[in-house]
Amino acid sequence: MDKNFAARRRRDLIIAAVLAVIAALTPLFVKDVVVQNILILTLMYAGLSQSWNILSGYCGQISLGHALYFGLGAYTTELLFTKFGVLPWFGMLAGGVVSALIAMGLGYPFFRLRGHYFVIATIVIAEIGLLLFHNWEWAGAAMGITIPIRGDSWLKFQFARSKLPYFYFALLLACVAWFVTWWLEDSKWGYWWRAVKDNPDAAESLGVDVFNSKMGAAAVSAFLVAVGGSFYAQFVSYIDPESVMGFQFSLLMALPAVLGGIGTLWGPVLGAAILIPLTELTRFKFGGSGSGVDLIVYGTLIVLISLALPRGLMSLFSRPKKTGATR
Amino acid sequence: MTALLETRGVWQRFGGLVANSDVSISVGRGEIVGLIGPNGAGKSTLFNLIAGVLPPTQGSIWFDGEDVTKLPAAERCQRGVGRTFQVVKSFETMTVIDNVIVGALVRNTVMREARRKAHEVLEFTGLAARADVLASDLVPAEKRRLEVARALATEPKLLLLDEVLTGLTPTEAQTGVALVRKVRETGITVLMVEHVMEIVMPLVDRAIVLDLGKVLVEGKPADVVRDPKVISAYLGDRHAVGA
Repeated sequence: MDKNFAARRRRDLIIAAVLAVIAALTPLFVKDVVVQNILILTLMYAGLSQSWNILSGYCGQISLGHALYFGLGAYTTELLFTKFGVLPWFGMLAGGVVSALIAMGLGYPFFRLRGHYFVIATIVIAEIGLLLFHNWEWAGAAMGITIPIRGDSWLKFQFARSKLPYFYFALLLACVAWFVTWWLEDSKWGYWWRAVKDNPDAAESLGVDVFNSKMGAAAVSAFLVAVGGSFYAQFVSYIDPESVMGFQFSLLMALPAVLGGIGTLWGPVLGAAILIPLTELTRFKFGGSGSGVDLIVYGTLIVLISLALPRGLMSLFSRPKKTGATR
Repeated sequence: MTALLETRGVWQRFGGLVANSDVSISVGRGEIVGLIGPNGAGKSTLFNLIAGVLPPTQGSIWFDGEDVTKLPAAERCQRGVGRTFQVVKSFETMTVIDNVIVGALVRNTVMREARRKAHEVLEFTGLAARADVLASDLVPAEKRRLEVARALATEPKLLLLDEVLTGLTPTEAQTGVALVRKVRETGITVLMVEHVMEIVMPLVDRAIVLDLGKVLVEGKPADVVRDPKVISAYLGDRHAVGA
């Protein structure tokens, strides 16, 4: 029974494994540091967008405030490291847990809101977080935190000479986020989330715990995004409120998923693979002058995609199922 | 043997509007009961109260020997109340089978079993051929059927059918009637709201007529349709005089 379904799941897993292996081998051929940098960011945003997609794509609770969790991950890790000497690996876990708890704490009042009101609330909360960190002296306020460089070390997860360790961690993050999504997709939670997105009233009548579904999705999503934030802080080795909690991060997590196909397994990966190199390259070529050409380029891309393929690029791959009535 | 479902003195007010006033009905195990009445009689409100969409202003609701008045809809579903919606509420971006799996997950925590259960229900309801189609691509009659399938997948003791036969072609309605009979044969109790008297009357064991939020008459379908009060409620007093 259901051979097709099982086969499709297996096929997804195999494609992912092949892509991961190919990605893991690229540094053998790509020695250019600028390109490596772009690859790292692409993988990171693939992972972030995949995590964002869990709450916003599958469960349908559109968040434009995920920069908050990204920043919390970064700050938790670096505050623990610089103030208490806690290794970033533990800081990363701590950041994930802190973010997940805050996401649930915020979800408690805000998951009662529906649609646009929820989206607005997420933006506002992230801005409040940003302001708090701007004014929090102990956490470096607007000056931020410089991560002391103590030489290349896996233990402290910092590398000045090579970008490869960051590359492999970003790859791992993308793979984990993808795999978690893949695994949850065929679980009670996956079904509950999609039901909640499509019709909360009907979901409720079928025994779905709507509120806790949203809480669960928020926690998983925030945890993974915070891990990404920790990674980013280590990668750039300097953080301040704008550079890890700015609104642009919320957008850059949402856009790949929207571009690729919101609520799909492959959408975020595909979207990130197109959007992030494009953003970085245009910024590299036209940026710096403050002209904003890079923003114009991908703004245009978004407009074109939403006009031509409102369900995202993945809709190109879904087999057209000609339906109509059977009787 | 206690009734499976009982409402005791249920009131529901929306501001100044009294949608249900002092409604006490009971549904026995294994029965098919029809809840009928003209537009605005309070049928859908009573349905929502039984399903747990909202709590009654006053009164209590008993299911399977327990007071469930304060339980939310999801918990009533876990206890065995399944329902359909008058305005269909399919999960539009999901396939038919996935829609049904959501229901099946109430009693099956292992995905493989939930999936098997969902397939069984699709066979039972005649939707098996449409399993992999998106719910948004179904024709209206199929969507109604999907509502029933989803509710059946939760393995209810009581199935609440909210106008599942309304707006169908005569052939579709006949298939629907056959399905309801089949459901009852599996031992599930059915409470159905229906508009179309000639369809519902031959189907039900007992009919409860609501009018202006109150229980007007209840009894055997044949008696109910001849009751002057019922005729007057539906057609106006003029027609009742000769009855």
